[in-house]
Amino acid sequence: MMASEIKTAQQRRIDGDTPLVELKDICVSFGGIHAVDHVSVDLHPGEVVGLLGHNGAGKSTLIKVLSGAYQMDSGEIRINGNKAEIHNPRDARSYNVETIYQTLALADNLDAASNLFLGRELITPVGLVDDAAMEAECRKIMGGLNPNFSKFAEPVSALSGGQRQSVAIARAVYFNAKILIMDEPTAALGPQETQMVAELIQKLKAQGIGIFLIDHDVHAVMELCDRASVMKNGQLVGTVNIDEVTDDDLLSMIILGKVPNQAVA
Amino acid sequence: MTETTSQPIPSQSKRNMFQQLELDVRLLGMIGAFVILCIGFNILTDGRFLSPRNLFNLTIQTVSVAIMATGMVFVIVMRHIDLSVGGVLAVSSAVMALVQTKFLPTYLGLGFDHPLTWIIAIAIGLSIGTLIGAFQGWLVGYQSVPAFIVTLGGFLVWRNYGWLFTSGQTIGPLDKNFLVLGGVSGTMGEAMSWTIGVVAVAISLWAMVSSRRGRIQHGFPAKPAWAEGIVMGIVTCAILGFVWILNSYDIPSRKLQRMFEAKGEVMPEGLEVGYGLPISVLILIATAIVMTVVARRTRLGRYIFATGGNPDAADLSGINTRLLTVKVFAIMGFLCALSAVVASARLQNHTNDIGTLDELRVIAAAVIGGTALAGGAGTIYGAILGALVMQSLQSGMAMVGVDAPLQNIVVGSVLVFAVWLDIQYRKRLGAKI
Repeated sequence: MMASEIKTAQQRRIDGDTPLVELKDICVSFGGIHAVDHVSVDLHPGEVVGLLGHNGAGKSTLIKVLSGAYQMDSGEIRINGNKAEIHNPRDARSYNVETIYQTLALADNLDAASNLFLGRELITPVGLVDDAAMEAECRKIMGGLNPNFSKFAEPVSALSGGQRQSVAIARAVYFNAKILIMDEPTAALGPQETQMVAELIQKLKAQGIGIFLIDHDVHAVMELCDRASVMKNGQLVGTVNIDEVTDDDLLSMIILGKVPNQAVA
Repeated sequence: MTETTSQPIPSQSKRNMFQQLELDVRLLGMIGAFVILCIGFNILTDGRFLSPRNLFNLTIQTVSVAIMATGMVFVIVMRHIDLSVGGVLAVSSAVMALVQTKFLPTYLGLGFDHPLTWIIAIAIGLSIGTLIGAFQGWLVGYQSVPAFIVTLGGFLVWRNYGWLFTSGQTIGPLDKNFLVLGGVSGTMGEAMSWTIGVVAVAISLWAMVSSRRGRIQHGFPAKPAWAEGIVMGIVTCAILGFVWILNSYDIPSRKLQRMFEAKGEVMPEGLEVGYGLPISVLILIATAIVMTVVARRTRLGRYIFATGGNPDAADLSGINTRLLTVKVFAIMGFLCALSAVVASARLQNHTNDIGTLDELRVIAAAVIGGTALAGGAGTIYGAILGALVMQSLQSGMAMVGVDAPLQNIVVGSVLVFAVWLDIQYRKRLGAKI
């Protein structure tokens, strides 16, 4: 239905290529509650996999295991077929896993460049933070992502939701993400800004980046994703190919936990 | 993005002269308030408040609180608080006093006023302050005990360790070389002070020029050359004016006479010698410069401000915020010990009540200087200016003869008023509080 990248991702799955990411049999519990209960999902290069479910279904918890924000109790993460040890966000970054959080993980009191490079500042030979170089890089990348962006000197608290989101996305793009996690990237955005994010996702797909997209919105998932994994009460209901299901199929998976039998991927 | 096709770029001509100077409005407000305060007190005291002698004393008295206030900026920016600074100052002072009057001269047999004594004493004092700070930071960062509680405990614990060590006695007189760091007993003299002033002007101008050149090289907007020139002029006047004031406070002639007699010389008739820059003030200036560079130009400072602005974002960006907490409290402890050096040297001995209530003065100085208790915002120069305002208020009222209870009432009210004013200012800017 769309460009050829989708087919290649599909083809890769059919051919049984090694996935970019495999989350196998992941369990996370908080004080006796099984937030994630033996869930397995995978992701191929150039593919967008939607994670759907109600609030508290466990989708954010599952993905935070990959981004290093939570520790799993049991299970295994494989990246390019090799077992990955991810214990904190720094580990995740070393595997080129970048996350764009729902709650916009930006420090409001710092400017765009400082946020873009937070934790990975450019430094001068003397070891001081090189603000000028960072601002120059920031201007360069923002010019490509969001040409209207002009508030480089102000703290990001002065920016609109879309501008803030583009700073968060710029962070993932600049540091060569291979695996991108987007946690409701359009939740805080207006229609035009949402469109901008959608275009960006297509661009990143074309570069062979694998994207996990967490969302409430069935329509957004239908539009942006190749596959969707639905969770309910911490368990995986099932994973389906988007072009083999309807909105209603997805909704009944989310609400009733029923899998349309012909569409299992 | 909302399609404002040609974003109205604020044209240079539309901005008024004042805006082009790009001065910090809040800083200007504080300086304005300070100047009004000084002039007011000067009128009430028939010109005694702005006399070189009083300004010299004011500067010396401010140093101890100001040094600690620079560290308190980091602590508060990280959304913590430190109520133990007076206690840490007291125990560091006690240990340093014991080392230089008992331990080194008697037990180690170095004798009194040995040239190494003051260095060893200060090294031990600074290490103890840093260790105490790091320990408190560990409790806050790794054990998740709220900073308020940890340092409230420290408020009681550390001062009384000092009391235990000294059995409550006043320890003194302190080492001669040590006393030089306190203020009156250690000044640079007029010629040296001018030299330092000129060098300071040269360095500041060079820094401003090179930062401007950097912006132009990268093609970033820079302020117009004339605005830069005016700011440079202000900086030059401020530095040299400060040196001039401290130089014009003359050493009393009888004291000068004694100094000549000690060297076996006769004082020339009518000789006038100014004190110049006190070494303690140089320590404060050095602290301020280092802390400002840390805040603005190092990863450590960037992480402190990022964590204060959004702790979760900092965590998710891979910043080790726990270790950062330890570092910030260790810096605070180090600065408390440094203040202990200056404070005990100024008083010429260690007393039990040294630094009492300093925690409140230090927090007040930082807050008056624009550090937001909500975290994420604050400046080093603001905190120092805050300390100066507090000290001026206090000593000005004492000179005017305001009753002691009324003095405290005024200082307390000014603290609340200053923060209220700051909140109004931020609201007008539309910033979140």
